[in-house]
Amino acid sequence: MNFRWEWDVFLRDTGGGETYFHWMISAWGWTLTVAACSWVIAILFGSVIGTLRTTPSRWFTRLGNAWVELFRNIPLLVQIFIWYHVIPSLYKPLQEVPSFILVVFALGFFTSARVAEQVRAGIQSLPGGQRYAGLAMGLTLPQTYRFVLLPMALRIVVPPLTSESMNIIKNSSVAFAVSISELTLFALQAQEETSRGIEVYLAVTGLYMLTAFAVNRVMAFIEQRVRVPGTVGSEH
Amino acid sequence: MGALDISFFNADLVSKFLWNGFVFSIQLTLVAMAGGILIGTLLALMRLSGRAWLALPAAAYVNTMRSVPLVMVILWFFLLIPFVTGRPLGAEWSAIITFTLFEAAYYSEIMRAGIQSVSRGQVHAGNALGLSYAQTMRLIILPQAFRNMLPVLLTQTIILFQDTSLVYAIGAYDLLKGFETAGKNFNRPVEAYLLAAAVYFVICYSLSSVVKQLQAKIAIVR
Repeated sequence: MNFRWEWDVFLRDTGGGETYFHWMISAWGWTLTVAACSWVIAILFGSVIGTLRTTPSRWFTRLGNAWVELFRNIPLLVQIFIWYHVIPSLYKPLQEVPSFILVVFALGFFTSARVAEQVRAGIQSLPGGQRYAGLAMGLTLPQTYRFVLLPMALRIVVPPLTSESMNIIKNSSVAFAVSISELTLFALQAQEETSRGIEVYLAVTGLYMLTAFAVNRVMAFIEQRVRVPGTVGSEH
Repeated sequence: MGALDISFFNADLVSKFLWNGFVFSIQLTLVAMAGGILIGTLLALMRLSGRAWLALPAAAYVNTMRSVPLVMVILWFFLLIPFVTGRPLGAEWSAIITFTLFEAAYYSEIMRAGIQSVSRGQVHAGNALGLSYAQTMRLIILPQAFRNMLPVLLTQTIILFQDTSLVYAIGAYDLLKGFETAGKNFNRPVEAYLLAAAVYFVICYSLSSVVKQLQAKIAIVR
């Protein structure tokens, strides 16, 4: 096999006045932006839906379950197509919305179902006595959640959320399918234009791994700071 | 665009556009599941063997696969397979190889947890009976590990089935591609995508209900 590295491919001009390296870095920026915005949506909706599923209200529980089943049982790519192709044509005003926003909602809602599962499990892992204690103290149900259950549960779910946060970086790659100019789309297009697929893919794969590693470190730091004293994971 | 109209959806369309894609998605899922569990179990055994020259490569393989997005893995294999075989292999075969090797990493983590969930006394009992390491694993540990992990393995398979839609990246003709092609041909993309979502939902939701029942059944036996 007579393969030769040609790393200078990244210094070549794309034809638009910038190098492939510049393009890749801006694609990385898109990957980070899509993942970060989706993460915010996923955490917000996931926490609310997960909490609703543990309330005594039957309708809240049903709503929460339906949400989780809906977003968990349809492939992410299909969900992205629905947000991108279907929803704007059913509701015209959304046609003005940039596709970036639509993808962020698709990935955010998809991940929110997983976050909701973790939050529900976190709340249910607390001893039942905590809820009764809160109610017996005369707190209302929302107050019991606000002051007793959630402060504990949200700290317990940080470790599982670490893997969801790394998943959201990986899943953002699916956005290539609706022409978001992120890393995977860069990889596909740069490979086609330069025929230096191996160098391009290696660089992109390296950036994904670097990002996942960075997210892992940040989450480990948060995990350490919010760890509940007296539990198995804590040092004190 | 006016109201939704799914009248274009009939038996003719199913046989012309959807059936082939559906069969491919199922084939891909089943082959990758069988191959993935087989290779995954071997990887798990390597990691738990206690020998560094077996454990380290297996760990490196599993961790690499798990830290790269599936779409990138699909693109990598599609690019590299022709290098290895000397000629293009076609998107469908490329997808089958990719998913088998990719899912092996995920199944291996499940099997590793499964093997570790079997009590240590079982290993000792096997040794005391005079069984070799391989015999202990094959006859005593693996059957129990497999049984304990059956619901998790099946849940992973449902995720695998959903992920098969990502062969979109290399243009393989799967269930989603079938819907997309039908939608383009009848100029009804909106309805086609909605129907695709409905079909995936029905399949995955029913499978996960089955897994839930199975889980309850296994829990009672124990």
